[in-house]
Amino acid sequence: MNLILVFEQALNGLQFGVTLFLMAAGLTLVFGIMNLVNLAHGSLYMVGAYLTVAAVGWTGSFPLGVLLGLLGTLAVGMLVEVIALRTLYERDHLDQVLATFGLILFFNELVAILWGRASLYTVLPNYLQGFIEIVPGSIYPVYRALVIAVGLAVALLLWFVVARTRLGMLIRAGASNRTMVAALGINIRLLYTIVFGFGAALAGLAGLMAGPIYSVQPGMGELILIQVFVVIVIGGIGSIRGALVGALIVGMVDTMGRAFLKPMLAHFISPTAAEAAGPALASMLIYLLMALVLALRPEGLFPAKSG
Amino acid sequence: MHTPIRLLAAAAAAVSLAFALPAAAQQKIKIGFITTLTGPAGIIGKHMKDSVDLAVEHLGGKMGGVPIEVVFGDDQFKPDVGVQVTEEMLKKHQVDIMSGIIWSHVMMAVVPVVTGADKVMVGTNAGASPLAGKSCHPQYFSTSWNNDQTPEAMGKFMQEQGISDVYVLAPNYQAGKDMVAGFKRYFKGRIVDEVFTTPGQQDYQAEITQLRSKAPKAAFVFYPGGMGVQFVRQYFQAGLRERIPLYSVFTVDETTLPALKESAIGQWETKFWNHDLDVPASKKYIADFRKKFGYTPSFYGAQSYDGIMLIDSAVRANKGSLKDTKAVVAAMRKADYASIRGKFQWNVNQHPIQDFYLIQTVKGGPDGVTTEIKRKVFEKHKDSYYQDCKMAW
Repeated sequence: MNLILVFEQALNGLQFGVTLFLMAAGLTLVFGIMNLVNLAHGSLYMVGAYLTVAAVGWTGSFPLGVLLGLLGTLAVGMLVEVIALRTLYERDHLDQVLATFGLILFFNELVAILWGRASLYTVLPNYLQGFIEIVPGSIYPVYRALVIAVGLAVALLLWFVVARTRLGMLIRAGASNRTMVAALGINIRLLYTIVFGFGAALAGLAGLMAGPIYSVQPGMGELILIQVFVVIVIGGIGSIRGALVGALIVGMVDTMGRAFLKPMLAHFISPTAAEAAGPALASMLIYLLMALVLALRPEGLFPAKSG
Repeated sequence: MHTPIRLLAAAAAAVSLAFALPAAAQQKIKIGFITTLTGPAGIIGKHMKDSVDLAVEHLGGKMGGVPIEVVFGDDQFKPDVGVQVTEEMLKKHQVDIMSGIIWSHVMMAVVPVVTGADKVMVGTNAGASPLAGKSCHPQYFSTSWNNDQTPEAMGKFMQEQGISDVYVLAPNYQAGKDMVAGFKRYFKGRIVDEVFTTPGQQDYQAEITQLRSKAPKAAFVFYPGGMGVQFVRQYFQAGLRERIPLYSVFTVDETTLPALKESAIGQWETKFWNHDLDVPASKKYIADFRKKFGYTPSFYGAQSYDGIMLIDSAVRANKGSLKDTKAVVAAMRKADYASIRGKFQWNVNQHPIQDFYLIQTVKGGPDGVTTEIKRKVFEKHKDSYYQDCKMAW
């Protein structure tokens, strides 16, 4: 196995990992702080992708479209929180699952009505279509490198906000003891709306960055949501740090498994057996990992210190 | 609480019965058409439904002088839902004949229900091999193909071109395995590697990186629907379009082309039909479809249009009735209608014997990219399962 290949696959793993992280960060914050199971998080990812495609088409500018898409998803997220989710905080998780599942159906049909059922055409501006040579002999698409950079920058920014700002302090306080925060005169409802809105914007960011690579179609959010739940279980519910580590582990394990499991298995078992077992095992790998984490550390790798 | 609801239900039943009786006396040809209308595959269902509507319009809303009513059903890509919808159509709507269905696994579940009710099923896409072979049935007709035939055509073409060192990719499920098996039945050159990915996978960068590192001479893939959009686009973004030619089946068609556009230019496919086929019935279908719906239909639509026309031929032969199933089967076997593929010929398993074409995605057309037939690959191609079908004609 040559080193350049391993390096390129590691970049692929990193790129998949940061996309998962953007999704997981919002979801884990909402769950950790608001105690809300939000299955419709994938819908916000989809909304981000659709709004951006529409905005890029409308303005004719990629950066402007991205900005509008991001703000649009933030607004949609806040609206959903105010209209639909507010009433669910005091209900049990089953009610939340049912209600947010309803939201998935609602959003999937809504985008199908607005934009049709076919995948949308998305195009990258020319300056994002090229390749860069990170190490000699290895070319990597500029756009995917940009996704990695944006993801890592957002992770850093998120750490700064949560650890170093007043808003972050309130978020952490809300996660440990919401009654006490409310008793101290903080407007917890507003805090929830803001947190949910930012979670939605992060999902929207993941969706809009995925748009040019994946297929922008109704139901695109559910495909990634399952992997995001795996990330959160591995990382620990409610923990941003856990989401980052979990996402990078899942991204890496999944990519490396898909790339190298079959050739590696062929060293130990017959090639035909490896042919059959390789792809099956590769697609199960992250779930096996999740089962292992659940067995050894049921709280996840970095459980949020909550009361 | 319960009594008023029961009362209401009884009243509703009574009312519906009262209305049902005169409706049955009116004599209508009722067709139950099942496809997928929701979810990511809903676009395929749209092409099929629009084509059925156009066929009904071309027939003037009548078959053999009797008004047509089409009842559409959504299988949601699930066999159990397909069966449920079928039973509803047979029992509640009392349809005379069933048609449609995109997916092999849904078809496998639905066919026994339809034949069990002594009705005829006209499949307009799914090409499950058992139904072409040992599970063939006099009341099951197909206006599409058997799954293996299209990749067989691609295998034959690549074999004839003397292409070797081919990298093969497909999703890891039955249809994926069937496509690769069909391809290898005619392609005898060296296969660099066969890779099966998780069905519904979105990101193929890891597989594309592996592919590039093996430096094959060509790639053959089967990625239907959204998977195809993702794979082809990422293949293009990885800069491989110019370096390693991409050959595929059921990956680039008019359902995915609007999302792919220039990233699909140069792609090779094989199909039994394409919109530029020089056949009068096909030309009429395409021209009127574009006028009515404003887009170009895919083969999914063409097969469905053909299915309705086949049913019409049976109704005409039986003087406006579908009640005698034996007579319907006998009439259908004559295939006395103008098919979009030209002269229509049945094999003993009631699947068409037909030509297959090589198709390339090129610049042009109203949307900037279009597909065009390059040459014929198979003349009167029979599927590989009909010998297992012991059906008397």
